[in-house]
Amino acid sequence: MADILTSPHVGADVQHGKEIDYIEAKKGIWSWMSTVDHKRLGLMYLWAVVANFIVGGIFALLVRITLLTGNHGDNYFISAELYNRFFTLHGIVMVFLVIIPSVPGALGNFVLPLMLGAKDVAFPRMNLASFWIYTLGNLMAIGAIALGMVDTGWTFYTPYSSTTNGPVSLMALAAFTLGFSSIFTGINFIATVHKLRAPGMGWFDMPLFVWGIYSTSLIQVLATPVVGITLVLLTIERAWGIGVFDASKGGDPVLFQHFFWFYSHPAVYIMILPGMAVISEIIPTFSAKTIFGYKAIAYSSVAIALIGFLVWGHHMFPSGQSQLASLIFSFLTFLVAIPSGIKVFNWLATMWRGNISLDTPMVWAVNFLLLFTIGGLTGIFLGALSTDIHLHDTYFVVAHFHYVMMGGTITAFLGGVHYWWPKMFGRMYNEGPAKIAAYLYFVGFNVLFLSQFVMGSNGMPRRYYNYLPEFQPWHVASTVGSWIIAAGLFLALGNLLASLRKPKEATDNPWKGTTLEWQTQSPPIEHNFHDQPVLHRAPYDYRTPVSVDREIH
Amino acid sequence: MSTHAHALDEHAHANHDPNLQHHFHTMQQQFDASKLGMWLFLATEILLFGVLFVGFGLSQARWPEEFKQAHHHLDRVLGAFNTVVLLVSSFTMVMAVHSAANSKRKATINYLVVTILCAVAFLVVKYFEYSHKIHEGLLPGQYFTYLANTDPMAKGNSVFFGFYFMMTGLHGFHILGGVVVLCILLAQTIKGRYSASYYTPVDLVGLYWHIVDLIWIYLFPLLYLIG
Repeated sequence: MADILTSPHVGADVQHGKEIDYIEAKKGIWSWMSTVDHKRLGLMYLWAVVANFIVGGIFALLVRITLLTGNHGDNYFISAELYNRFFTLHGIVMVFLVIIPSVPGALGNFVLPLMLGAKDVAFPRMNLASFWIYTLGNLMAIGAIALGMVDTGWTFYTPYSSTTNGPVSLMALAAFTLGFSSIFTGINFIATVHKLRAPGMGWFDMPLFVWGIYSTSLIQVLATPVVGITLVLLTIERAWGIGVFDASKGGDPVLFQHFFWFYSHPAVYIMILPGMAVISEIIPTFSAKTIFGYKAIAYSSVAIALIGFLVWGHHMFPSGQSQLASLIFSFLTFLVAIPSGIKVFNWLATMWRGNISLDTPMVWAVNFLLLFTIGGLTGIFLGALSTDIHLHDTYFVVAHFHYVMMGGTITAFLGGVHYWWPKMFGRMYNEGPAKIAAYLYFVGFNVLFLSQFVMGSNGMPRRYYNYLPEFQPWHVASTVGSWIIAAGLFLALGNLLASLRKPKEATDNPWKGTTLEWQTQSPPIEHNFHDQPVLHRAPYDYRTPVSVDREIH
Repeated sequence: MSTHAHALDEHAHANHDPNLQHHFHTMQQQFDASKLGMWLFLATEILLFGVLFVGFGLSQARWPEEFKQAHHHLDRVLGAFNTVVLLVSSFTMVMAVHSAANSKRKATINYLVVTILCAVAFLVVKYFEYSHKIHEGLLPGQYFTYLANTDPMAKGNSVFFGFYFMMTGLHGFHILGGVVVLCILLAQTIKGRYSASYYTPVDLVGLYWHIVDLIWIYLFPLLYLIG
């Protein structure tokens, strides 16, 4: 027990066999449905997110198949109307039901208290409530799909959304409900970080994952109520026509855009910061090196969270807002690039002359670095006023935010799942198929979305059902890419699931990680640690050799 | 270091207050965490209402004459009465928290009862205000019949009442929710659940009640005192 924590009760008798872990501690479906254990809730979020990811992915594949040809009139085998609904549902499911809860809900719930050396989050019952509110919102969304689907796009722009038919109100209220779940999780994590850190763990001794989740939680708490009440206003507008957003009734449709993006731009950082948080864990572990610029990465998370509140207007350059406002929003948008760049350079500096082992989580992390960098840099194009006028509402935007949201967050999420899988389930997956899946994903991703950058810069508008023949080769490439990516994802999922049939043989610390979650059993016992761990060293300290079987260059 | 870990562990067990949850070490730590959580929740409340305030301000700038005209339908006397009622209830709530923190059960009960009565009085007054407006045809949107559609002032008037009902309605729901939790607090106080060593729920509900009052302090001049 030379490293981070002191765990006095781990004696010889415990070392031989594993103790009853949190999965086996209680039996029966009710013990899961009523659990307040953050680890079990993390798993429940994980399965919910995976299920929704498959649904959202199928919508995406259907959209791509429809776009294989471009001049098929309005009655192709997927009609124009159905196509509108599919891309809307792809967006709503992926944003509200997959990406936002993915890293915080699944990985954050599982790992954050362990990393802090705590027994649970600050408010375990609220954590359970948060999961069930998420489930309620999920059911409402499914209800809206069953009742005939929604064709507004995930942005619910008025006046279309306040006048179109279909269960828009139910879908808006589903998003409202999901927002509550997100707020409760955020409040819980902030209080946990403030009040439940292990003795000896100051703010700058926390793992960077915690900093990332903490910054995310700040945005969740401060931005989500705004979209919540906005969607309620939209629902009331639809029901009674009170004229807040409908110009014909005395309202202002651009006001809706402002309210929507006041949440939804910070929400982009709700989605990407947790991804960055995961990467900040994986890279030092697999480089066997202390992270470069710890404080810079920690502060840049908070900086992104704060600046992220002030840039929403860059979604609205062509909306008729004042030129001065656009200018300021554009300038502030450029500022966000600074903390993001700081992070990327620090990760690269961590890898530089490190003892890199390309295990599966690290492959995903490298995927993240490449894809996120493309996504981030193309964001600069869109933040620039004049180029945005040309690129606005084209496939360039679609490609850009997929590089960030999917290439960034989903990639990091998959890396995180592979990284903490042995901790969560006590089992190790097969490295071979897992790596092939990661490579397939990388190739498929670029085939899918690089072609969309080309289309977009040539003027292919987003969300169109028919298109000019000159775009067809690019669309075909893009669709083929979607199949490669799907193959990679199914391989990854199948490989992970297959590991669950194995005996629980994973060691406590298979990657030689230095943070606290690796200092307890895999899977952890119900109360996480036998005794309160006490920290006497900063995270990512590889100077004192933990393992001797790696060559140090 | 190991003795340190032991000391913490034993400390938690020695105290063994039945109100101490297993993942906290001390009652103070648990209290601080709960209070921080409540403050964060209140921040979300401010943002929730903030959207409506911003929307109201922008609409007022667009329809200044109409808003002025519409606000004459609101009864300033009733509004002022409700403001006083809520201010009194805020004071009795403070006293309830203070009494609970000093283990004065009877006083806590009395103050909570007065607070609940004030809240109910507020809602009764609001009920009469609402029914009067509904009677006059001042519901917003498609139910707005006070002015003919052709009247150029009709749109702006309707928008005003859209915000009026949204803002006071949302606030009313918060009062109603407050009444429910205050009644639960009262029942628990009668059972003797709270004392100087544990009165966290009273404290948290107190915070909530003050923010609900505070929002009304802003709503009253904004809606009732335009001209």
